[in-house]
Amino acid sequence: MNVDVLIVGAGPAGLAAAVELRRLAAGQVLVADREQQPGGVPRHSAHTGYGMRDLHRVLTGPAYARHYAAAAAGVGAEIRASTTVTGWDGAGCATLTSASGVETVSARAVLLATGCRERPRPARLVPGDRPAGVMTTGELQQRVFLHGERLPGRALVVGAEHVSFSAMVTLEHAGADVVALVTGLPRQQSYAAFALAALARWRVPVWTSTALRWVDGRERLTAVDVADTRTGAVRRVECDTLVFTADWIPDHELARTAGIEIDPGTLGPAVDTSLETSARNVFAAGNLVHAAETADVAALGGVHAAQHIAAALRGGDPAASPWAKDPSQASGPAAHRVTVTVEPPLAWISPNAIRFAASADAAPVAPPRGRFLLRSQVFRRRAGLEVRQGPRVLARQSTRLIPGRPVHLGAGWLAAVRPSDGPVLVRLADGRA
Amino acid sequence: MTAGPDPEPADVVVIGAGVVGAAIARELSQYQLTVVLADAANDVGTGTTKANTAILHTGFDAVPGSLESRLLRRGSGLLTDYARRAGIPVERTGALLVAWTDEQERALPSIIERARLNSYDAVRHIPVAELYQREPQLGPGALAALEIPDESVICPWTTPLAYATEAVRAGVRLMLGTPVTGAQAWGGPGGAHEGHLLSTTRGPLRARWVVNAAGLHSDRVDAMLGGDGGFTIRPRRGELIVFDKLARPLIGSILLPVPTAQSKGVLVAPTVYGNVLLGPTAQDVDDRGDTATTAEGLASLTAAGRRILPRLVDEEVTATYAGLRAATEHRDYQIRVDATRRYACAAGIRSTGLSASLGIAEHVAGLMCDAGLPLRPRNGSVAPPVMPYIGQAGTRPYQNAGMIAADPDYGRIVCHCERVTRGEIRDALASTVPPADLDGLRRRTRVQNGRCQGFYCAATVAALMAESPAGGPASAAGQQVTAGHRR
Repeated sequence: MNVDVLIVGAGPAGLAAAVELRRLAAGQVLVADREQQPGGVPRHSAHTGYGMRDLHRVLTGPAYARHYAAAAAGVGAEIRASTTVTGWDGAGCATLTSASGVETVSARAVLLATGCRERPRPARLVPGDRPAGVMTTGELQQRVFLHGERLPGRALVVGAEHVSFSAMVTLEHAGADVVALVTGLPRQQSYAAFALAALARWRVPVWTSTALRWVDGRERLTAVDVADTRTGAVRRVECDTLVFTADWIPDHELARTAGIEIDPGTLGPAVDTSLETSARNVFAAGNLVHAAETADVAALGGVHAAQHIAAALRGGDPAASPWAKDPSQASGPAAHRVTVTVEPPLAWISPNAIRFAASADAAPVAPPRGRFLLRSQVFRRRAGLEVRQGPRVLARQSTRLIPGRPVHLGAGWLAAVRPSDGPVLVRLADGRA
Repeated sequence: MTAGPDPEPADVVVIGAGVVGAAIARELSQYQLTVVLADAANDVGTGTTKANTAILHTGFDAVPGSLESRLLRRGSGLLTDYARRAGIPVERTGALLVAWTDEQERALPSIIERARLNSYDAVRHIPVAELYQREPQLGPGALAALEIPDESVICPWTTPLAYATEAVRAGVRLMLGTPVTGAQAWGGPGGAHEGHLLSTTRGPLRARWVVNAAGLHSDRVDAMLGGDGGFTIRPRRGELIVFDKLARPLIGSILLPVPTAQSKGVLVAPTVYGNVLLGPTAQDVDDRGDTATTAEGLASLTAAGRRILPRLVDEEVTATYAGLRAATEHRDYQIRVDATRRYACAAGIRSTGLSASLGIAEHVAGLMCDAGLPLRPRNGSVAPPVMPYIGQAGTRPYQNAGMIAADPDYGRIVCHCERVTRGEIRDALASTVPPADLDGLRRRTRVQNGRCQGFYCAATVAALMAESPAGGPASAAGQQVTAGHRR
């Protein structure tokens, strides 16, 4: 099968991209998703708050998922659920498996929008027994909202970010008695209102500076040991359910098996401001390149990628395929990139490079929503971000840092970047903001 | 599922359905005998069998002249052939035994010599330049290496399942969830010792012969059956870390440590599922059920992994687990047959049981025959079953257009990380030896064994289990499988 654009993943980013590509008349669009229904993670996220930035209204997760699936289908994108892109064949085609068989799809452009997942317990190297009753928020939500499971008994939530409070609400909904949210950090990372509401409405405290040390229970979970990281004091907490939240990792398997360059910070494919990866005409958007942002931010990233894919297809040789290693196959001279990196305690920045069109006088391409997204490893009530290219300081911006929460860096300084002056570095300039 | 008194005595009851017990039951099933294979757990292969390094050893480093050496040589050859016929995943990756210190390097010639004494001549010294050519990701500082070309990796879950499946199809009664709680001599007319009357949680069981293959519990079973008490199980816990499949390209071969007086060392090995395994630790424990991982163990493995294969520890961890080896105070296997008491003991198999299993089974059956158990071949031979293929190197159902065309359920991927299809889950739930719980399903299909550990599919898999008659809680205990029960 030949299509103009293959989109892998029918979550907010992939579906929003499909809608935009069709609006821009970019040709035949195929969206493949391995789940049984399109919509991505919002399908099983029953709380409200979806759609503010992209749809300018507020929906629940499932309604938001249905909206995008219907919109993409409505403009003529082909959406195939229960269809897994299992890999790439040598010629740059995708291999798909579904109930109708094994198929090879050739596309002029590919958008990877495979999202992210939470690190499960083994990836966090938590010692102890391996009982049932230990799960991630993703599993919890599907058990409760897609399969109607009840989870009676005491529950403990690991993490104190937005998603951790969401897990707490889901647990309470499923009949669990949530003992606490625990975090190794000195403060919770969500809105103060969430933590106050948790305490006031459900009597669930946040235990800060608290590390999970041991999981107990041969068959079923019976208890965990938690330690106060300041005093070292360990205590046992009896519980029946343990939910690991946040600690996101992009689902980057397809990017890695395609040989696409991975950013060491985000662990997603390294993308430039047009959201193109290191492979020509292969783009990436959504939480694959910034794990994890809200669904509307992912969707707007998908729209951004779609606009650049449409432009690439308009200007490009229709016969050019992704992964064309031979430059003679590519249309025109390659784009120029300036990488953007961060210095600890900043964790990562996305996108990972500034794209310049080939012509020498072309302006740099702006990132999605005209801003870069960053993450910090530390709390700072007031921190100064400094953008440098070599010895030149391009911009300074004052901001608040909370681990796991987005930091927005405006892109007004892009015009000052010189294509041949080397990488741009974003770092903390403490006390000078 | 009857629990009443046992009508006819079995010719042989094998206690313990690990890889050794299942292999013995399979061996005996080829003869005109009524055989029962009983285990306290709800599945085959749930003890030492399921949690090890999953290497099909050549036996190059066994103690020369030992029973272990002989049965390992014999067993690994038999299993290599059996695995090919039964569809058990095996990859002949070869092993590189890497010396990192002068002391280790000096030990290499004696390892080659020991391999020769174990009738294995293919061990070869390879220079350090060739080592790094073959394993470019190896950490700096290796001094020399030996190549053991026939060391392989195997699926430790499919192997006992294949034995048990073949045995059940040949008429062996598999009694799971059936701990043996006591035993007394059962006398025939005139006071002659006819056999054993075993007490189980599901009623008495009479047996003309009993085989003790109880692994971690074999010393207690030995005492129960009046054995000579010549060994005590001293469980040795080994913790292991399994890394994501994206780490698999980092190594070509199994990377073995050179054992020294201080430590047996940590190995890095591919798995047949396409992951990379790091371990084991070795810690003596008292509790025979203590398969917990520890902070110290995981930290020491991570440190060792960083030295051996630095990029490995940057990859995601898919699983951590610990297994218990049934070590004894002796260096060799504890295999003996008491003709008078009609009792066979196959204990102290330590860590080589998977590789040696078919050799052990053949040897035990031979000893029992010598001791008076009549081994008359059954009419019509039973071929090895063809097991569902769960390896990574061959073609899986999701890749097989022909299978999907014949049955679309093989195109419906349920577990995305391991690419397990609805068709494979359905087949496992309806198999000759079906799973009793999620862990059993995981061992048969790889479902939920991947990097997400259930983030995406756990809820769907739980729903499929609940729909299945095999998945109901009733079968978790006291399960009995016979050929008529399931196919």
